[in-house]
Amino acid sequence: MSIMPANTPQPVLSVEHIAVHFGGLIAITDMSFVVNQGEIVSLIGPNGAGKTTAFNVITGFLRPTKGEVRYKNTSLSNLKPHEVTSLGLARTFQRTSVFQSVTVFENVMIGLHRRSRSTLLDTLLALPREGRAEAELRNLAHELLEIVGIARRADELAGSLSYGDQRLLGVALALATDPSMLLLDEPVSGMNATETARFMELLNRLHGRGMSILLVEHDVPMVMGVSDRIVVLNYGRIIAEGPPAAIRGNPEVIRAYLGEGASRHAAH
Amino acid sequence: MNRLIRYVALAAFASVPLWLHDPYLLNAFITTGILIIAAMSLNLLLGYTGQLSLGHVAFFGIGAYTSALVSLGFDVELIGGIRVVHEPWPVWTGFVIGTLVAALCGYAVGKLSFKVRGAYFVIVTISFAEVVRLIALNWVELTQGPLALTSIPPMTLGLPGVGYLDFYSKQSNYYLVLAVLVVSYIVIQRLVCSRVGRAMIALKENESLAVSVGIDVTRYLVLAAVFSAGIAGAAGSLYAHYLKIIDPDVFAFLYTVTMVIMVISGGKGTLAGPIVGGLIFGFIPVAARSFATPEIQWILYGLLMIIIVFVLPKGIVPAIEKWFAASGARADPEPLQAKMHDAP
Ligand SMILES: Nc1ncnc2c1ncn2[C@@H]1O[C@H](COP(=O)(O)OP(=O)(O)OP(=O)(O)O)[C@@H](O)[C@H]1O
Ligand SMILES: [Mg+2]
Repeated sequence: MSIMPANTPQPVLSVEHIAVHFGGLIAITDMSFVVNQGEIVSLIGPNGAGKTTAFNVITGFLRPTKGEVRYKNTSLSNLKPHEVTSLGLARTFQRTSVFQSVTVFENVMIGLHRRSRSTLLDTLLALPREGRAEAELRNLAHELLEIVGIARRADELAGSLSYGDQRLLGVALALATDPSMLLLDEPVSGMNATETARFMELLNRLHGRGMSILLVEHDVPMVMGVSDRIVVLNYGRIIAEGPPAAIRGNPEVIRAYLGEGASRHAAH
Repeated sequence: MNRLIRYVALAAFASVPLWLHDPYLLNAFITTGILIIAAMSLNLLLGYTGQLSLGHVAFFGIGAYTSALVSLGFDVELIGGIRVVHEPWPVWTGFVIGTLVAALCGYAVGKLSFKVRGAYFVIVTISFAEVVRLIALNWVELTQGPLALTSIPPMTLGLPGVGYLDFYSKQSNYYLVLAVLVVSYIVIQRLVCSRVGRAMIALKENESLAVSVGIDVTRYLVLAAVFSAGIAGAAGSLYAHYLKIIDPDVFAFLYTVTMVIMVISGGKGTLAGPIVGGLIFGFIPVAARSFATPEIQWILYGLLMIIIVFVLPKGIVPAIEKWFAASGARADPEPLQAKMHDAP
């Protein structure tokens, strides 16, 4: 362990020269950025800019054509998604993703998969350890539902939740894996203003606990409000990077994203 | 509530040989019981992981042949003139080895085919069953081919010097099958009510989300295949030692179809589904024999299946659970969670 001065940023996630080609289509070209310990970094850009693709590369769902991703100095190059999760990197999905036909509570129990200490033998022989491990998980599941604020929905089928609550359940599932970093792909899309405000509160609480967060979001006020730094992507290329104030005034960003984004949002 | 139903059902089935003395009906109970065990094993794969094994009878047949051969002994010459002689072993070792060999085959098929899931899994399992059937048919030196393996000894339990228990009578075989069924049920129940079962359900529901919460897909699919195949193998072993004769027809596709029908009509992904579906479809031929020719029986069979699938697309057991939840039982509004939590 090296001793660092308190303010020196310590990179936890580093994306190094990533390129992704889908056949002839170049989705990402030479992308490099870092997320430091405890930071909220937003990845923004117009539709099709390559944000979700970047998430897929980082979390092992997609092999990059070139480049490498490292998390806490471990290369993620040859890891499967579930192994990436085991390193403490958890993600949510852009399209709402919950286990539809089981209850909200069971969803979180599934999410707690890696937290259980029971072995196959404990399970088959119904040893006391199995009972204790399950009871522990149930407590954790209740806690997580409290944290994201959908505890009252615990016994409903996940598929019957409102869109906003399903997004919150998605976050609870990611949190269930006990991550040190969260990757959120458009978490507030489909939420109303109150829900969005509540969600920002949740983000700030997680931030306060030292969680590193990489956020993809089209909601500009939210991005400006919560981010420590913003990375702007356009046509698979990083066109700007910096704190919110600098990004807001960057002419290229306004041209590429904010103008187009604003008109797109107005059209909805 | 659930638990009470289980104990009442178990007591009722345990009482059958006490009042039912008609050998034909007792035989129907035994063969149906064996098929139910096989259907329960299929349900573990189909109902919980969502993978359809259309060659499931292969594991049943492998269990049957292995168990029979271990207890009968064999003497074969392999390629290169190597002679393998096996003296007969106690029958119960056949049961254990048959179960293990079937489980091992489940492991191999699982490893091979789960890289290519869905339709490919169906094809791989069908091909596997066909290959095994052809081996049973053509390796005459080992299996007697179409002439069938005959004089298979009945199940015996026990150790030298301690004592033996023989399963000659229909009554004793009935209890043997019931015991294996209960053990299989408990194994499956413990699996599906634990994190293992949750992982399987997660994979069936949404695979990307499942891996994103750290579930190792291959591990849990292979695990399901191993247990599923092992239990099917145990059922096959019971079958061989009960009928005392097996031929390559045990690998008939029809048996797999029967198991699938039992699981789907009863309710896949429920513990009781294969039992309910199995009893219905196991006893149709029995109930219909007095007034219908075998052809008519098959038509009835098909019609009933179509009706059940159309009226209760999720199967009988989920429909009953839903009905219970809706009618009065306000105290238990979420059958799914209750079911998943209802570990012993
Ligand atoms: N699996 C794939 N095969 C082929 N092309 C793909 C694939 N996934 C994404 N693309 C393409 O790569 C580009 C980047 O897509 P991506 O989903 O990463 O965009 P995004 O920034 O997340 O957009 P949005 O804001 O709409 O979510 C798009 O042109 C998309 O069509
Ligand atoms: Mg996207």
